[in-house]
Amino acid sequence: MKEEIRKILEKHPDSKRDSLIPLLQAVQEVYGYLPKDAVVEIGKHLNLPASKIYGVATFYNQFRFQPKGKNHVMVCRGTACHVKGSLAVLEAIEQDLKIKAGQTSRDTLFSIEVVACMGACGLAPVISVNGEFHANVDPQKISEILDIYREEKKSAMEAANA
Amino acid sequence: MFEIEVNNKIIEAVPGETILSAVTRAGIKVPTLCYMKDLAPSGACRICVVEVDGMKTLVPSCSYPVQEGMKIHTNSKRAIRARKTVIELLLANHPDDCLYCVRNGNCRLQGLAEEYGIRERRFPSSKKKDHMLDATSPSIIRDQAKCILCGKCVRVCEEIQNVAAIDFVKRGSKTVIAPAFEQSLNVSSCINCGQCVLACPTGALREKSSLREVDEALHDKDKYVVIQHAPAVSVTLAEEFGLRPGVDINGLMVAALRQLGFKKIFDTSFSADLTIMEEASELVHRVTTGGKLPMMTSCSPGWIKYVEQFYPDFIDNLSTCKSPQQMLGAIIKSYFAEKEGIDPEKIFSVSIMPCVAKKFEAARPEMGRNNIFDIDAVLTTREVARLIKMAGIDFDSLTPETADLPFGTRSTAGKLFGGTGGVMEAAIRTAHYMITGKELKSLMVEDVRGLKGVKEAKVKIGDLEVGVAVVSGVGNASKILEEIKNGRKDLHFIEVMTCPGGCIAGGGQPLSTDQESIKARLHALYNIDHSETLRTSHKNKDVQKLYDEFLKEPLGHKSHELLHTHYIKREVLS
Ligand code: SF4
Ligand code: SF4
Ligand code: SF4
Repeated sequence: MKEEIRKILEKHPDSKRDSLIPLLQAVQEVYGYLPKDAVVEIGKHLNLPASKIYGVATFYNQFRFQPKGKNHVMVCRGTACHVKGSLAVLEAIEQDLKIKAGQTSRDTLFSIEVVACMGACGLAPVISVNGEFHANVDPQKISEILDIYREEKKSAMEAANA
Repeated sequence: MFEIEVNNKIIEAVPGETILSAVTRAGIKVPTLCYMKDLAPSGACRICVVEVDGMKTLVPSCSYPVQEGMKIHTNSKRAIRARKTVIELLLANHPDDCLYCVRNGNCRLQGLAEEYGIRERRFPSSKKKDHMLDATSPSIIRDQAKCILCGKCVRVCEEIQNVAAIDFVKRGSKTVIAPAFEQSLNVSSCINCGQCVLACPTGALREKSSLREVDEALHDKDKYVVIQHAPAVSVTLAEEFGLRPGVDINGLMVAALRQLGFKKIFDTSFSADLTIMEEASELVHRVTTGGKLPMMTSCSPGWIKYVEQFYPDFIDNLSTCKSPQQMLGAIIKSYFAEKEGIDPEKIFSVSIMPCVAKKFEAARPEMGRNNIFDIDAVLTTREVARLIKMAGIDFDSLTPETADLPFGTRSTAGKLFGGTGGVMEAAIRTAHYMITGKELKSLMVEDVRGLKGVKEAKVKIGDLEVGVAVVSGVGNASKILEEIKNGRKDLHFIEVMTCPGGCIAGGGQPLSTDQESIKARLHALYNIDHSETLRTSHKNKDVQKLYDEFLKEPLGHKSHELLHTHYIKREVLS
């Protein structure tokens, strides 16, 4: 992996500290998250300690530090969704999957991401799983929605094993 | 200079300085939390706000520059109300844990709440309560629940120590201080110096205490419990009992330790003398046989870890000598045990250190033989004060006593180890004698004294001119390492102490980072050096006896087995 990361960094020679964010974005583009090795390599490239990079990266919601799950759940926390109770939705999802926003479940089936606004305010509160939108989500109904993806996964696995 | 008016009094101010600096000089107190002398102000906490006539808003005095004719009110109704609100907001996110807190009675936040008469909780807590208590480090415990996010630890670690093990993570109400990837401190690049503990205004950072193990050993009939005290402890311990900085209470401390039930009380300054015999020999050996130069001292475990992880190419420059703590530990469980007929496994060897990194050092796997550690528990100066208080020992009722033989005699050179430049001064005295067979004309080596972070000198030893540098604070050390990397060649010997000022300002010392106190501590060491007659390590009769009876010669076979060590390259997330 280190080699690969170095190749990405080579495309950004003479970078200074102010190119930290674009570099993090470039790496996340490739891996879907920021692997530890990448943070260390970027640190060497920009002469920045890992703690600083991690601090900056966690300041923004867009960066994640675990690979996405097979089913990626995005929860809108924009103003309209907030007013319509998206916090309860997020908590219900976190509880159901037993992971926090930004994390990936151990079986790698699910990951959660919080986004600022998905531009679907008329459907608030809204979540999307693998790009499919679910509108007017009720925290009580979260398990039902997630079950769809659990089922899909199960049948896919069964099909593969058959 | 121009005049400004503060609280209706005229005072003088220097152009360019901050309001805080001008009023402090005039003896007017303005509270601070995140402010750190000599570092750029961050203006994060807003506790230092003052009112300035003609200005709409209150200004943070730590960062606002004075202007001629300014009229300032440090204690106006508005300023005081604003400060109160700041404190109340900090308390809103704080556990009411004072009774169980290591900083009870010695906490800036608690002090401010008291000074500003906060008597009730005004704001409900908004912070999530799932805070981490990180007890993984052998040296330091981090309790995020008590952190008020002042950022001092982050700044010391980065700006003074050049380690940057920790930083602000996340944002808003989720913000915490943590190492990269929120991993625990023990796998981070932290060098265990404890400077962050000294800087922290609350109980969010503290030493990992070994009091329980020591207490248990003291009450265990099968254990033979001995204790050694480091050179820098006797000149700082008094502060924990309310005395002014710079008072040496060596004799009283020894008496108190004896009352606590320690079988033998040894002086680490003795093994500092021993270290000098080995280290000066090593230096002479390296210089005369073309060994790796410049040689760098190895008594400071934070510095060692720093080199191991950030500058592994310099590992061979480090002296192979163990630190005085470890040397004495090794000698206690070999020579002393043999001499007294005690099974080394029964000995529980404690040390009092000005340092939290010494806890890490004592636990390094190479610091012992056959599964017996050289040192079993390390207490900081602060912890030993607690032990003495707990036992109800009253210093007023004690008379001074002396440490035990065979490791109770020390030269003042060994004592000087407690402050920056001390190892160098002691080493020069002895190296001069080893090389020329004569004593230095004046034993005092002025150039390496004082609190400056970097001191350099050219020392004449016979025909040799030796280039020496004395550095304290790891950030300063890294600058010299960079110079050497870039081709600097005039240095032969470098003393590095991890903490700015040396052990007298170590991470295990009474919580004061005030320069005047630290100067007073250093001068206490100099006074000892000037008032006694045994001033060179090689003249220490008990050290000579140890060589005659046991070690035979510096750098000899036994020395290598017991007094020298090796280092490893460390991979850390940095
Ligand atoms: S850190 Fe200070 S205010 Fe907080 S519990 Fe400890 S003593 Fe009390
Ligand atoms: S102990 Fe030293 S190195 Fe470790 S976090 Fe604190 S200041 Fe940084
Ligand atoms: S741990 Fe202490 S020094 Fe660091 S930010 Fe928190 S309160 Fe400040």
